[in-house]
Amino acid sequence: MLLIPCPNCGPRDETEFHYGGQAHVAYPENPNELSDTEWSRYLFYRENPKGIFAERWVHSTGCRQWFNMLRDTVSYDIKAIYPMGAKRPDQAGAPAAESGTASLAADSTTTGTAAPDISGTSISPASAPEGATK
Amino acid sequence: MAETAASPTPAKTPAEKDLAVRTSPAGSLRDAFAAGSLAGTVEIAELPFLTMVGIRAAAGSDAARRIADVTGGLPARSGDVAGSGDISVLWLGPSEFLVVAPTEAHESLGGDLIQALREALGGDAGQVVDLSANRTTFELTGPQARSVLEKGCSLDLHPRVFKAGTAYSTEIGNIPALLWKTGEDSFRVFPRASFAEFLGRWLLDGMREYASPEVP
Ligand SMILES: [Zn+2]
Repeated sequence: MLLIPCPNCGPRDETEFHYGGQAHVAYPENPNELSDTEWSRYLFYRENPKGIFAERWVHSTGCRQWFNMLRDTVSYDIKAIYPMGAKRPDQAGAPAAESGTASLAADSTTTGTAAPDISGTSISPASAPEGATK
Repeated sequence: MAETAASPTPAKTPAEKDLAVRTSPAGSLRDAFAAGSLAGTVEIAELPFLTMVGIRAAAGSDAARRIADVTGGLPARSGDVAGSGDISVLWLGPSEFLVVAPTEAHESLGGDLIQALREALGGDAGQVVDLSANRTTFELTGPQARSVLEKGCSLDLHPRVFKAGTAYSTEIGNIPALLWKTGEDSFRVFPRASFAEFLGRWLLDGMREYASPEVP
């Protein structure tokens, strides 16, 4: 059982959460211009990295809020919790996520493996956040 | 939406008559609760038909301020319970709250709380929803109440962490429920109506061991 640090409620059992899949999959700017292949890649193709993965979670039994999480798919270490809409925080020294099968066209919808810009991004460590009471 | 409360009755109907025909979600367990309660150790009872109102209003908005004027405050963060008098407001999320008030506050019994909250919200973004029939309330009291809850709740319920006057939305006995510590040895548990009988029996089962003498 993972102990997931909800940014609003503090650490809670994994059973209180639901998983929302890969984070930062942007809706295509212009869906009508996509080929069927590109559209299907947007809909169905996701990364499957061995290592750090950015994913969405919702605290469904608690505050019912969504948030993003960086999790190591090998060790299950939770590396960071950050708000929806924020950029993926840099993980210094983290192995680059393997691209898997989801190599995409120019308006890539994947998280990408280039070093992300973290200016203006608040990175919460995976410890009890502000407001946590237990 | 979960507008599931008893439909408004004509104003002429006396409140007693209205209450007499209601069936509470755990009403079938009344005798079992009485038989399973151990005075001075751990006791359980249903507090049926409390008035509950779901509130959504963005923190800091004008609507939230007007609603706070009606309830006597809105809680600011997880665990907080605000309110004044016999009105309490539990924190459910950053912009979501549950107002808990006595049975008589419900409009079907002549109360005006829900209408006052609706007027406070006005036409602003947010919601005021009568959720009185959405959940029922169990009151679990006594020195062993905490150890009964600890069998099925993974929160740290030790008094050094879980203080009287705090409430959390969490899981108890594997079902979602609100847990409100109202006193040093007293807790209110709010399961949804459809889970009430399950959780009631689950808690009774957890209480059973205290009826026997302690094994040395
Ligand atoms: Zn939460």
